[in-house]
Amino acid sequence: MKKTGFFNIINYSLITLFSLFCALPLVLLLMVSLTDEKSIIKNGYQFLPEKFSLEAYRMIFTGGHDIFNSYLVTIFITVAGTLAAVMITSMAAYTLANKSVKHRDTLSLFFFFTMVFNGGIVPWYIICMKLGLRNNILALLIPSLLFNPFNLFLVRNYMKSIPDSLRESALIDGAGDLRIAFQIYMPLSTPVLAAVSLFYGLAYWNNWWNAIMLVDKSNLYPLQYFLLKLKSELSMLTDLQGSSAVLSTITMPTESLKMATAIITIGPIILLYPFLQRYFVKGLMIGSIKG
Amino acid sequence: MEMKTDLKKLPNLKNVGKGSLIKDVVRNPMSYLLVLPAVLYTFIFGYLTIPYMVIAFQKFNFRTGILNSKWIGFKNFEFFFKSTSAATVTWNTLRLNFLFILFTTIFSVSLAILLNEIKNKWFVKITQSTFLFPHFISWVVASYIIYTLFSYNYGIVNKILVYFSIEPVSWYMTPKPWTSILVGMKVWQATGMSVVIYLAAITGIDGSMYEAATIDGANRWHQIRFITIPLIMPTVAILTLLSIGKIMYGDFGMIYAIIGDNGILYPKADVIDTYVFRALRLSGDPAQAMAVGLFQSAVGFVLVYVTNRIVKKKFSEGALF
Repeated sequence: MKKTGFFNIINYSLITLFSLFCALPLVLLLMVSLTDEKSIIKNGYQFLPEKFSLEAYRMIFTGGHDIFNSYLVTIFITVAGTLAAVMITSMAAYTLANKSVKHRDTLSLFFFFTMVFNGGIVPWYIICMKLGLRNNILALLIPSLLFNPFNLFLVRNYMKSIPDSLRESALIDGAGDLRIAFQIYMPLSTPVLAAVSLFYGLAYWNNWWNAIMLVDKSNLYPLQYFLLKLKSELSMLTDLQGSSAVLSTITMPTESLKMATAIITIGPIILLYPFLQRYFVKGLMIGSIKG
Repeated sequence: MEMKTDLKKLPNLKNVGKGSLIKDVVRNPMSYLLVLPAVLYTFIFGYLTIPYMVIAFQKFNFRTGILNSKWIGFKNFEFFFKSTSAATVTWNTLRLNFLFILFTTIFSVSLAILLNEIKNKWFVKITQSTFLFPHFISWVVASYIIYTLFSYNYGIVNKILVYFSIEPVSWYMTPKPWTSILVGMKVWQATGMSVVIYLAAITGIDGSMYEAATIDGANRWHQIRFITIPLIMPTVAILTLLSIGKIMYGDFGMIYAIIGDNGILYPKADVIDTYVFRALRLSGDPAQAMAVGLFQSAVGFVLVYVTNRIVKKKFSEGALF
């Protein structure tokens, strides 16, 4: 029995240690964002700030037109993109699960192949250019985000488990495939669609690839890309400030501002996290267990 | 007579697979309409990219396009392979990915096994949530976290060093430690998800095996060693093989967000994907970038194909997929 107790202690300790490893960096980020700028310059980053300050957040919420704009851009593309993506995916999944469609396996192969073999970023970029997906909102919505075959197969496998008798009786009642798909299969697939919405939503929220490749108008910067640019621009500013002979009396909250912006970028994810986590795990399970 | 009309509306399941595509579309117009957007998207952004791969063999220019650019054979490849970058970025990609796979697997399998032994459900739930959270953080935000740790003036790591009277290090100017730093960040970000998967696999193990083992006198450690570990090996093998299949593809998001354009760190951190990115965006020669991309895709495809075949052959009865 002593051995079991010892084992337990080691067990709990190791797991807690790793939990701290996961959580502390984020806590640190939060703490720095709440630290008074002068305190940072004097003491560096600290877990427990010498002096608290909401100045950085105040600057963001009152002055920051750019970040407000980026927030709007990101919210828009996340909501619109996720809706569109889930629509496209679930419609296609219905067809792939539809036993009447003789060539559904050929279609599956059609989608699968692109997961394994693809031209890469250069052709992708050329195609985006040719389609005029540059410096407009569509450039942030469509390329590389609007559809993912992995999610397609997730939904398809789930739909496959819906009894055919449902479709058959609907057909007898005179319903066509369109009605069956939207009024029967999709409502029944809510669990997997919730998970897929989260996958797409997270991809849209965190995406900066489309921006860095296709956008250079600052009013179209999504949040993540704004954050990326902020890092390099502010370090330039700090270098300039540091090299000036006259000490600036106004201490621009550069360090805490950066961190506050980063915290805001995580934003909704923190608030929605309990739901995100539950459906994410569920989605993984649905995908992993063979139907 | 009414029955006959009803039966006509049932889907005909007799001839599966055979028959022309056109007949299928005619018979299922709505279904094909539903799948059309996805097909269009996949065609445009998937299949249409393939013909463009030929520009790797051309002196390509956006104005002249594919049909009018001069063919120069393997010259673009020569340029890449003759440069020192080729070896560096290829080696970095392989080395970093290998270490990522190795350490993420070790940590996630171990933690999953340990978590499985915990009786307290609340503890398991809370720690799982904590492990998983880094996965939802973008690499841009994560790069800020790294900055709070490794900034020369303000970073926590240097502060700790100074506290112990050690000379602070200019981390962003020293390539050597970055392999470890990147591996650490990858473990931070990716372990949670893997723990969830492995824990699910462990939970799937038949409980009666453990009961029988207890009756035979095996303690917890024995049970882990002789039941848990062997039985989740298939899952571990599958996931590891699938990851190895992608070993030629670096994590662009991670590397570029953290390293960015800091050339000093390239010797240890630059991967094929970031190299191709710069070749495309900065050098203005898309053909060169395409050549490197093609090199990556060719080797990558072989690896993906081989590893997937191995998985199919050896683990067709596998726990996952």
